[in-house]
Amino acid sequence: MAELNIAQALNGALDTALSADDRVVLLGEDIGRAGGVFRITDGLRERHGAQRVIDTPVAESGIVGAAFGMAVAGLRPVAEIQFLGFSYPAYDQVVNHVARIRNRTNHRFTAPMVVRIPFGGGIGAAEHHSESTEAVYAHVPGLKVVVPSTPRDARGLLLAAIEDPDPVIFLEPIRLYRAVKEDVPEIYYKTDIGPIRVERTGTDISLISWGAMMKETRQAATSLEQSGISVEVIDVRTLTPLDRDGIVASVSKTGRAVVVHEAPLTGGFGAEISATIAERCLYSLQAPVARVTGWDTIFPLKRSEHHYLPSVDRIVSAAERTLEE
Amino acid sequence: MFNLINPDGSVRDRLPVTLDEMKDLYAAMVEARAYDDKSMAMQRQGRLATYAPFRGQEAAQIGAGAALRPGDWVAATYRDAALNWMAGYPWRLLILGRTGDERGGQVPEDVYVLPPSITVGGHMIHAVGLAWAEKLKGSSRIALTSFGDGATSEGDFHEAMNFAAVYELPTVFLCQNNGFAISYPTVEQTRTETIAEKAEAYGMPGVRVDGNDVVAVMVAVKEAAQRARSGKGPSLVEALTYRIGPHTTADDPGRYRDEAEVTLWEEKDPLTRVRRLLERSGAWSLQWQQTLETQASQGIESAVAWAEAIPIPEPGTLFTRMYAEPTPPLLEQAGEATHG
Repeated sequence: MAELNIAQALNGALDTALSADDRVVLLGEDIGRAGGVFRITDGLRERHGAQRVIDTPVAESGIVGAAFGMAVAGLRPVAEIQFLGFSYPAYDQVVNHVARIRNRTNHRFTAPMVVRIPFGGGIGAAEHHSESTEAVYAHVPGLKVVVPSTPRDARGLLLAAIEDPDPVIFLEPIRLYRAVKEDVPEIYYKTDIGPIRVERTGTDISLISWGAMMKETRQAATSLEQSGISVEVIDVRTLTPLDRDGIVASVSKTGRAVVVHEAPLTGGFGAEISATIAERCLYSLQAPVARVTGWDTIFPLKRSEHHYLPSVDRIVSAAERTLEE
Repeated sequence: MFNLINPDGSVRDRLPVTLDEMKDLYAAMVEARAYDDKSMAMQRQGRLATYAPFRGQEAAQIGAGAALRPGDWVAATYRDAALNWMAGYPWRLLILGRTGDERGGQVPEDVYVLPPSITVGGHMIHAVGLAWAEKLKGSSRIALTSFGDGATSEGDFHEAMNFAAVYELPTVFLCQNNGFAISYPTVEQTRTETIAEKAEAYGMPGVRVDGNDVVAVMVAVKEAAQRARSGKGPSLVEALTYRIGPHTTADDPGRYRDEAEVTLWEEKDPLTRVRRLLERSGAWSLQWQQTLETQASQGIESAVAWAEAIPIPEPGTLFTRMYAEPTPPLLEQAGEATHG
């Protein structure tokens, strides 16, 4: 057991996977010598060789397309795209090939591969570096979309993603890479892709989030608890396949829900969760579901970032409004 | 341009094939044409979805297929049925796929041909990844990707060519330059005189061959495959040919090209020139031709009968082929789809 942050836990998981399975290869821009823009692959080239930790030309479509070919031919590639905002040149490969090959060949060929992508804002980065467009991946049949928010889940979910027989889009919350530490087992363990994680149990209201916004959601929960409110905190952590039962069980119990995400409101994945609640446990609701999200604007540059990111106050206010009903 | 057999059936050089091999190549082209003709007819009858005919390109595809070894990967296009068949993809599954059935993509376990890529160009990099895996595994298998002149305008062409060259991957790039990207002539798509010369920019060999000369294509692709197999990296082979038919059954080529040009290319027909060559060698007879055509036709007819006898998929199969195991949301939806 070692106390690790998310970045370290991910690095350890990749190291473990490379050691455990010869078929695992990593490829991406600057992941070898430089150890990745966020240093997630730091030291892995030295330990596992340049044949398996591969620096590639700057070509996102090429990276994902080549990883696809590798996966079809029996390897377990883990591709890294530097930022979610840079993933769109590879979107054609993801949507038209990676997600479809099993269906296209009725299981004859498959793409067991992972595309790791750092995402989200809050670090004052340049344009395109702060995107939270997870919904455009969650909307694609044939993919699994996974978003850890703790070091333990980061390791367990990444090892599960690499072993998964189907393609996984693995979104890593940039803002949390080094924000939280916890004890992470060094053994090989997998965290199931699918089930939500009930991080705190409570009875008055469910706060539902994923990725970097888990931080503000936790703070909001603590603040509400100080006012005597019993808060259930849910880390969705797998967007597809969505654990509808887990969410419905929580909201059926609390009767109130606030869904929090950093992505813009319209068409955000919160709409899916909100609709699920409305469809399946409307009569348990004491108040309408609230959504606290980014605005329907372009993610702003450094000086306006704080105007965009959902704040603890916004989450607390939404929860209080919900509790007033 | 590398060429061995002239349109009149005379040869430029001693051919590196036996007479029997020549006859086999010819028989394969006859069979491919029977498939193509049958598919066009079936589409007109509403029995197939949109079809992209390869008439005129049989030599490029059969020649390339003949240059491969069992176990080699092929990632090709919707116009490459003849190539895919040569690489082991059964006619019956190609037909099943074109009737609109995903099970047509389920090639037998010992066949390493990806089902046709419908989007243009995205599949070239797949061959690069397949070749990469084989190289890392230390096998001697290579990957061939076939694409048209139109696909060389895609950015994907650049990424695939560059990746293959940078990592010296055992990949063969086969461009069937058939004159048109649907309606857009090759000469207007690029400022280079040939597609082959683009290889130089990537640091790999490029060669233009007479794409209507089955032996020239086979020799060029074999050389590229040999180079790949021996660890020397990728090559680009441009097979210069012509799409005699429309782009697809939804296309009217009269809007963008002269019938005279088509006639000119029909005179360079890949089957006719081999027939003439065989005639010159005394190895062709009308009776043999008729036997070939009858056998080809019977084979295709039985493949069609097999495909059309396959029952329409049950609604539940939509859900069961999405993931290794259907996810909970899919199981729920499958229940709704199958029980209303």
